[in-house]
Amino acid sequence: MKRYSLTQAFFYLLKRDLTLSFRNRAEFANPLLFFILVITLFPLAIGAEPVLLSRIAPGIIWVAALLAAMLSLDSIFRSDFDDGSLEQLLLSAHPMPILVLAKVTAHWLVTGLPLLLVSPVLAIMLGMPSEAQGILLLTILIGTPILSLIGSIGVALTVGLPKGGIILSLLILPLYVPVLIFAASAVEGAAGGLDVSAQLYMLLSFLFLALSLSPLATAAALKISMN
Amino acid sequence: MFETALLKIDNLSCIRDDRVLFEHLSLSLCCGQMLLVEGRNGSGKTSLLRILTGLKMADEGDIYWRGTVISREGSGYHERVTYVGHHDGVKRELTCLENLRLVQAMGNPSAVDLDDALEQVNLYRYGDTAVANLSAGQRRRLALARLIVTEADLWILDEPYTSLDKASMALYQSLFETHLKQGGIIVMTSHHDIDMPSVDVQRLDLSS
Repeated sequence: MKRYSLTQAFFYLLKRDLTLSFRNRAEFANPLLFFILVITLFPLAIGAEPVLLSRIAPGIIWVAALLAAMLSLDSIFRSDFDDGSLEQLLLSAHPMPILVLAKVTAHWLVTGLPLLLVSPVLAIMLGMPSEAQGILLLTILIGTPILSLIGSIGVALTVGLPKGGIILSLLILPLYVPVLIFAASAVEGAAGGLDVSAQLYMLLSFLFLALSLSPLATAAALKISMN
Repeated sequence: MFETALLKIDNLSCIRDDRVLFEHLSLSLCCGQMLLVEGRNGSGKTSLLRILTGLKMADEGDIYWRGTVISREGSGYHERVTYVGHHDGVKRELTCLENLRLVQAMGNPSAVDLDDALEQVNLYRYGDTAVANLSAGQRRRLALARLIVTEADLWILDEPYTSLDKASMALYQSLFETHLKQGGIIVMTSHHDIDMPSVDVQRLDLSS
C-alpha cells in the first residue's frame, strides 16, 4: 500500500484529535465554561456600572481568554504522553513539526474557536461599544492561535515532568504578555475611536512568527521530554 | 555467503542517575536474526530498546542502520522500524479500527486489509468497539497488530508477551518466525521463555 502523503497524514491526525475531543466533550468544555464564568462574575463583583464596565471590558475579556487558554494547554500532549501515543508519533514516518501543527490546530479548533464564538455575547453584556466589538473578535481570532502555538512549546517541555503545571505557567505567561498588551490596547483604542491597525499588524506578525517557528521548537522539545 | 549487518550497535553506553546501566556494548544483527535482551529489572533493557528506536540518546556510542548513523537518517529510519513499548500506544476513546487506521496513516502501511489484520489477532468482532472496553490482553494484541498493518524491517518489542494468554503467545511467536524468515530483524525483551528452534537468536544479558 502507498504511504499517506504529508497532507493526508496532517488531516488524519487533525481528524483523530477532533474525534478524541468530541468523545471527551466534558473535559474540553471546561475552558469555555471558565471563560464565560469569569466574565459574568465581574459585573456581579464590581457592580453594574455601565461606564466602568465598558471601560474595563477589553481587559477583562482578554485576561479571561488568556487564562482559559492556559487552563486548556496541558491537554495538547498529556493523554498522548500517558498512553504511549506520543512515542509512536515521534517514530512516525512523517516530519514531527507538521504533526505537531496538526495537533495544535485541533487544539485551537476545540478551545480557541469557541471563545471567538461566545465573545460577542459577552462583549454586549459588558456594554462594549459596537465599534470595538469587531476589533475584539479580530484580536481573538488572531490572538488565540498564538496562545495555542506558544503554549505547545511549554507543554512539550514540561509534559515529562510529574508536576509540570506550575513550571508551565511560569514558562508561558511572560510569552503571553505581549499578546495581551497589544490585543487589549487594540480593543481599547477602537472603543475610543482610534486607528488600531498598528496593533493588529503587530499581532499578525506574532501569529506568523509563532506559526512558522513554534512547531519546530515544540517538536524539538518533545524529543527532549521523551529522552 | 556475504552477509552485511543491517543494524550495528557500536560501543554503546547508557548512564542513568550516575549509575552505569551498560557500557561499551557492541554487536551487529543481520537479516533474519533476533536479539533477545535479558536481565533483571532495572538493568537497562527498556533503555537499550528506546535508544535503538532513536527516542532516547545514548550517552556514548552510535547505532548504525545499513551503515548510516540513525540520528542522521531521521524519519527515513523510522519508517523501517515498528516499535511496541511498555505502553500500548492506542487511544482508549477510539475504536480498534480507528486506532489501526491511524497507525497506517502515521507509518508505512502494509498491503494488509485492516479487517484481516484484526482477524489475525483474534479481534475480528471488536472492530467498532472502543479500546476502553477491551481487556488488557486484548489491548496488547491490538498494540501488536501494529506489526501487521505496517511494513518494517526492524521490530523493536518491549515485553510483547505481557498479559497475553498462551494461544496469543503462540500466535505472535509464529508471526515473529515469519518476519524473521522474510529477512526482518527483531529486537525484544521478554521474561518468558522463547522457544523458537528454527530461529537464529542472539542473547544479550545486561545483568552481568
